[in-house]
Formats: sequence, structure tokens, C-alpha cells
Amino acid sequence: MIVLVISLALFLVGLYAIITKRNMIKVAIGFSLMEYAVNFLLAIVGFRPGALPPILKAVEVGKVYADPLPQALVLTSIVIGLGVTAFLLALALRLYNRIGSFDLEEIQRLKG
Amino acid sequence: MKIFPVLLIAIPLGAAFLVPICFKIWRRLAEIITGLAVAAVLALSVYLALFLPAGQPLVYLFGNWPIPIGIMFVVDKLSAFMLVVVAILVFLSYVYATKYMDHFTGPGKFYTLYLLMLVGMLGVVMTGDLFNMFVFMEIAAIASYALVAFGTEPEELEAGFKYMVMGEIASLMILLAIAFIYAGTGTLNLADLSQAFAVMDKTPGFYFVLVLLVFGFSLKAALAPFISWLPDAHPAAPAPVSALLSGVLVKVLGIYALARVIFNVYGFSRASDPLVLNVFVILGLASIVIGGLLALRQKDYKRLLADSTLSQVGYIVLALGIGNEFALIGALAHILSHALGKGLLFLTAGAVEYRVGERDLTKFSGGLGKQMPWTSLSYNLGALSVAGMPPFLGFFSKLFIILGAVQAGMIIPAVVAGLFAVVTLGYLLKITNKVFWGKEGVKGIKEAPFVMVLAMVCLVALLLGGGVFFFWLKPNLLQPAADVLLQGVKYAEIVFRIGAGG
Repeated sequence: MIVLVISLALFLVGLYAIITKRNMIKVAIGFSLMEYAVNFLLAIVGFRPGALPPILKAVEVGKVYADPLPQALVLTSIVIGLGVTAFLLALALRLYNRIGSFDLEEIQRLKG
Repeated sequence: MKIFPVLLIAIPLGAAFLVPICFKIWRRLAEIITGLAVAAVLALSVYLALFLPAGQPLVYLFGNWPIPIGIMFVVDKLSAFMLVVVAILVFLSYVYATKYMDHFTGPGKFYTLYLLMLVGMLGVVMTGDLFNMFVFMEIAAIASYALVAFGTEPEELEAGFKYMVMGEIASLMILLAIAFIYAGTGTLNLADLSQAFAVMDKTPGFYFVLVLLVFGFSLKAALAPFISWLPDAHPAAPAPVSALLSGVLVKVLGIYALARVIFNVYGFSRASDPLVLNVFVILGLASIVIGGLLALRQKDYKRLLADSTLSQVGYIVLALGIGNEFALIGALAHILSHALGKGLLFLTAGAVEYRVGERDLTKFSGGLGKQMPWTSLSYNLGALSVAGMPPFLGFFSKLFIILGAVQAGMIIPAVVAGLFAVVTLGYLLKITNKVFWGKEGVKGIKEAPFVMVLAMVCLVALLLGGGVFFFWLKPNLLQPAADVLLQGVKYAEIVFRIGAGG
């Protein structure tokens, strides 16, 4: 339960940063926080108290094993998160080179 | 036929990474490879849509793991229908892009991103696993962010940034929902999930996850409250990409995923859960009205079309929310007719921009119809189809949605849908009036290059053909696809039976 609260709190902190911050780098950091929150939650889903690593030689009755699938999911989502962060920063840098500012309100050209 | 789903991913994915190498050797070689890959995808999709037996989906198990354990592809009639919609528009946009992309730098990168976006869309449509769907969604989405910012002008970069922020919030909502779903059920296989949800207690947590999923998919589909990014992002991309974004990307990532999860995984139907489906009726109606009103006062050629996309996507969601047989056939027909129609209109916008170099409607003085007769004709016929005039395909799709609403006794949605068909015609004729009609005209403007005209004329022919041969289209493509949605959770049964070798 406490894990759930922590990761949701982290998720909301990230969302808050994205919504309120005008600096594009801070927006990218907000995304990283949200990704960490979800990855953390996913990793914890596979946790079992007192579990063994899920490397099975023969099935032993009565032993508890950790769930390996969430770890595979987390790895995939970390890679996706890397791509997203890299591309966000690349866009921010290209905009900075064009306009000379990371401020989203100063670069605003598009309207209605 | 068993191997087709894998080929559909492998061919464009392989080509995507061959393109940059070939581009170094000879520029046209990259184009040829892209063309071959896209044509192969079109051929395979059409074959699947025509010859896949109804009620007998193709199930491809990766690594031959039994069903709930491994990842699998499921191609049923609905997937096959979506494959055809995607493949047709991607193919014709490619034909158009071979000429249009001449005045951009780095066409090699363009074709790589183009093929990756195609891979992502095909994967979302075919996959039978929720996390796998998320991964393909991200492939398509990240490629589309890069394509929106492709021109690297400040406006385009800004549009790309905005689009990316909204799209990634949606993706993370979906990923959060996936984490909760796995924690709750221990499975991510769509068929297995559908059976797990059926026996689950409907706790507040269950509905919280549903809300997260609907929120994520609605953001991707740009439904009513989440519309701000679409009118920025879609016009910023190069024209062939705008056509794909408005034509198929929002429908695959948003509408298709939403429909699959709502109808086949959660198993909601009008009879059992009218409350959930009424949410979609409201979202759809709000999108129709807001998008239509925004488009009426729009002064930019491509932004007007993007606003119109908001409105037309609203029709599809409204029809999904009505949820009876007529409405679902209408929804699918509208997916097809709007993909072709809006794709066509964005291509004409590109042709005008290619020759005139202008998108601001106030700067046009009319008369382009004389100089660009084929573009003008394509625009006008496409506009008639999007607005829902007979004998085009767009007429039948809106007719079926309105019939569905009347049959379900929803008079207000039916009236709004009918009224906004007229509004659609109104704002689309504004472009006809400002750009194409009239005597005056800028001197020395030629018709668009041949391949661009060819792509546009093919789309007009498909819209007209779809309308004239609707009596063939309905029983052969639309009805079987709608049946997949109507069968609800029986989807799981069928997938398990076929997957076990039945």
C-alpha cells in the first residue's frame, strides 16, 4: 500500500512539473519522474515477500518465486523512456538554437 | 496465410533500417525500397481482408508459447479492416511523398520514420497483448513526433514539443493502467484479461484503471476536452504525413485501441452498461460541436482541416458509444471514409502549398481552380465526401451513424450529427470559395506534379467507388468487422480455441 502511495505521489509530482513549469528542460525532468514512478510500481508488482529468484531447475513445492515478467516490462519501458527523454531534449535544444530560450512562453508562435 | 502477421511487421521494419544505408548509395534506391515495402504491406493487407474467414482469426504465437504466457498476434476481421485502411492511405501518401519531399532536406530520414510509424500502427492493430500494444503505440507515436517536427522551423519544433508532451502523458497513463492491471490480474494477454475481468469484483480500483485507460486513449484520439494539441501538430507536419496523422494515426492509436479494450476486453455493451457507453456519446458529441465551431472561424488551410478532424473523430466515438449494429457499421465506415477523405484534403493542401507556398486563407484571392484543375476537382469532391453528400462513401457512413442513433432512440445526438454534417460542408466550402473558385488568380501557377495528382485522383476514385459499391463493401468488409465488436467477450473464447489449434 505504501509503495502505491509513494509511486502515485511521484507520478503526480512529475505531472505537476509538466503542467506548471515553463522551462522545457524542467518539463523533460517531469517526464523522467513520471517514468520512474511507473517503472517503480511495475518492478514492485513482481515482488513477493521472502521469494527466491525465478531460476527453476526443478519445480520445488512450497517455495515462493518472484515474478520475472514485470522485470522484462520495466526493462522495455526504461528503453522507451530513454528514447522519449532523448527526443524531448533534442527538440528543446533545436528550439534553443533557433530562438535562444528554453522558456515555453517566449517561444510560443502557434495560436488558435 | 499463417505467417502474414509476422511479414506485415518484418517487411516494413527491415526496410526502415535498410533505407538510410541505401540512401547513401543512391537516393532513388531508398525510395524504391520504401515503395516495395509499402506495396507489399498493401498487398498482404488486402489479401487478409478479402480472404480471412469471418470468426476464424489468425493467431500467431511467438515462440509457440501457449496462450496466456507468450506474446501473440491476433488478426480478426476488425484488425484486417484496419490494416487495409492503414495500408491504402500509407501507400498513396508514399506515392505523393516521392515528389513532395523533394524540397525537404534528408528524405532518407523521412522514409525511415515513415516506415517506423507504419510498423507501429500495424503492430497496434494486430497485437493480442496489452503491453505489446503499448510498445507498438510508442513506436508509432515517437516516429510521429519526429515527423511533425521534421521541417525544423521554430513553429514545427514547437508543435512537435507540444504534441510530444500530450502524447507522452497519454502513454504514461496507459502504462500506469497496465501496471495496475498486471498487479490485479497477473496477465496482460487481451483474451486472458477479458476472462479475468469477467469474474472480477467491480471495485473502485477497477473503474479507476478503466478511467486511466480511457483517458490515455482519448488523449491520443484528441477527444473533446483534450483537443489542444491536434490543431497545432497535424498542420506542422509535411503534407503526406499530415494526411497519415489525421487519416489513420489518431484512429489506430486512439479509436481502435479504445474500441478493442472497451468492447472485447471489458465487454461493455449498450444492453449491459449504458452508463459507460453514454460517456462516449457525450465525448463524441462535444468533439463534433467544438471541432466544427473551431473550424468555422479558422483562417489557415491546414489548421481548418485539423479542426475538422476533431469533429469527424467525434462522429466515430459517438457511434461507438451508441453501440448498436447500425452505429458500429457507421463507425467503421466513417473510419474508412474519413481516413480517405481527410487524407485527400491534406494532400490537396500540400499541393497548393507546393505550388503557391501559402497556407493562410486570407492571402488567397481565388481562381486556382483554373490553374490547378485536378487539385481543385479532388478537393471539392473530397470535401463533399467528408461532409456526407451522396453518392460518396462519407454519405453512407454518416447515414448509418444517424440511423443507429435513431434506432437507439437518441434523438438529440441524431439531430446534432445531422446538423454538423451541414456545418462541415460550410467550413469546407470556405476553402473552395477562397482558394479554388473565382476569376482572379495569381499568374504562372501550374498544376501539381503528376504523381501528386495521381495519388489525389486515386483517393477520389476510392471514395466514389466506396459509395457506389457500398452494397458490396458493407457485407464483405464492414459487417464482419462490426460483428467482432458486437461479439464482445466471445472474442476471448474464439482466440483461445484457435490458439489451442482448433
